[in-house]
Amino acid sequence: MIDPFLLSMLITILASGIRFATSYIFAAIGETFGQISGVLNLGVEGIMLVAAYAAYFVVLQTNEPGLGLLAAILVGIVMGLATAFLSVTLKAEQGISGIGVYLFGLGLSDLLFRVTVKSVQTVKGFPNIHIPALSDLPILGPIFFQHNLLVYAAFALVPLAWFVLNKTTFGLQVRAVGQNPEAADTLGISVARVRYTTLTLGGALSGIAGASLSIALLNIFQQNLTSGQGFIAVALVYFGAWQPFRVMLGCLLFSMVNALQLTMQVNRIPIPADIALMMPYILTIVALIFAARQLVIQPAALTKPFERGE
Amino acid sequence: MKMKPLDLSRFNAIIVPAIAGALGLLVGAVMLLVLGANPLDAYAAMVQGAFGSPNAFADTLVKASPLLFVGIGTCIAFRCNVINIGGEGQIVIGALLATAVGLTFQEAPSWLLVPGGLLAGFIGGAVWGGIAGVLKTRFRVNEVLSTIMLNSIAGYIMTFFLNGPIMDPTTLDNAIRIPQTQRLPVASDLWRWIPTRFHGGFVLGLGLAVLVYILLWRTTMGYRIRAVGFNPRASRYAGISVSRYQLLAFVLSGALAGLGGAVELMGVTHRLFSDGSASGFTGSAGFNGIIAALFGGLHPIGTIPASILFGALLVGANQLQRTIQVPSAFVITLDGLIVVFVVASQIWSKRTRRVTEEPARPVGVTALQKTEAAK
Repeated sequence: MIDPFLLSMLITILASGIRFATSYIFAAIGETFGQISGVLNLGVEGIMLVAAYAAYFVVLQTNEPGLGLLAAILVGIVMGLATAFLSVTLKAEQGISGIGVYLFGLGLSDLLFRVTVKSVQTVKGFPNIHIPALSDLPILGPIFFQHNLLVYAAFALVPLAWFVLNKTTFGLQVRAVGQNPEAADTLGISVARVRYTTLTLGGALSGIAGASLSIALLNIFQQNLTSGQGFIAVALVYFGAWQPFRVMLGCLLFSMVNALQLTMQVNRIPIPADIALMMPYILTIVALIFAARQLVIQPAALTKPFERGE
Repeated sequence: MKMKPLDLSRFNAIIVPAIAGALGLLVGAVMLLVLGANPLDAYAAMVQGAFGSPNAFADTLVKASPLLFVGIGTCIAFRCNVINIGGEGQIVIGALLATAVGLTFQEAPSWLLVPGGLLAGFIGGAVWGGIAGVLKTRFRVNEVLSTIMLNSIAGYIMTFFLNGPIMDPTTLDNAIRIPQTQRLPVASDLWRWIPTRFHGGFVLGLGLAVLVYILLWRTTMGYRIRAVGFNPRASRYAGISVSRYQLLAFVLSGALAGLGGAVELMGVTHRLFSDGSASGFTGSAGFNGIIAALFGGLHPIGTIPASILFGALLVGANQLQRTIQVPSAFVITLDGLIVVFVVASQIWSKRTRRVTEEPARPVGVTALQKTEAAK
């Protein structure tokens, strides 16, 4: 019935689309926590880059992807704390300090790579795990059940994040601090502590996002490995109206377009790749318009540092 | 916080960048030590590379030029509390339009082609900045996010044209196809001080910096731009259309960045090219220009030495790589640290001069009401 060549191409596109979504999901879900608590962390890209390098370097030395992931998480935590110090304690303008963190990460990761590794080498990343029985299913098997650990973890993170944000006391505190920090403060919730927590968590998840590129998907490091994914993740949180499942759909939109474009190129099907790649960005702007029209509820205190009135 | 308000703005304009710069260099020195280089030797090599000879100094000024254009535009935008970080995209669209002029009018004389190309760059940047401006004032879209999206879109538009309509026909014969245009007609070249690479674009930038200073501090329009940035609510009570001036700030800052793109094209590269992203052409000038403006205290005159300083860092980085074998990426790290320190140290100026932050919503509401009224 269906042309087998077309079918196999479709499977490839969907499978790689899911794989490519991993880094976007980790970064965007991490950013969701920060934004709901009222802080726009624009430095995600920088954190991803340094963490991607750290993971890559550790795996290059030890051959242990698990240790690499740990290194990435540590880097993410440290840079997340630094971001929190800047935007919560020092109340720095969030857009600009984020650009600073981005440039710092862009430079530092490239610098360390050139000093310690020099040439592009492949490392042993997380292997693909074929889920028993399910991975043997025709069509569905290769699309959903033959990925590496981090891919599964990313998709498991989405319902987990939804649960934490909507069904736990901590989630309630996060939302309260982002909607009305003054009221939360009056009720005895420490605005600073909640924001430090969400930004550190976001940093750790950005770190995993970086590692998912350098030691799971591509298994290499090079200058500007993330090529803007961290910035897209920040916008995708708006796109997804601060709801984990919708954020995930946004991530899949970007990753599927990437997969489509790449598969077309590999199969030498001429499409205007630049126009295709541009589409998700335009759609994101359209989504931003909807988000701003308050057809969805936006964290009221987003980008505003909290100052206690005396 | 009940502190007595002191006017320390002039003091802060010097002190804040001095602290930030010193901290940046200090942390940079630690990094150099870790990398096994002597910080003094390294910094000496950078100074030598950036200012050591007339050619070196000329290169520094050439590198400073796009930063200066983006920087003085940033002064207008940030003074109006419009966080335009779309310099990258605005440079690219400006350069693209200037390229179109150069390729279309191959036979035109220099006295037409040079102003024509510059004007095209100015308009291109104005349009690209204006889109973000309309998105902010009419649709209440956060400009930080929209400008980042527009940067990527501009990059794809550029590579689309480079891979098709304006591709250099001779590159098809080469084994490696770098997407680029053919060389623009010599008549489009800016004046150049041979044998150095210094070109007239920097002089134009200096003149515009003075003009922007006059605009911001000596005209009613500039007063209103700053008033909107300082306190939108009070401005509205005073009868100033907040959204109109925010849009204006976006258009002007975009236009200056676009002009910077045209200057880079007609003064340095003489052809448009890309590695697939916007920064392939801009060399991140769209971001570095913002840093220069912040470092210059968001003052167009202060932005002049700041641009030269950051231009010098870029040129010095090459020397660092050649003589001390420290990769030039060191300087990007340093830039990032300086930005962080500048914004972090502004907490002291904030304590003395509290800018009343206006919730974004009423601005959009007024804009909406206006549209309703116009219907």
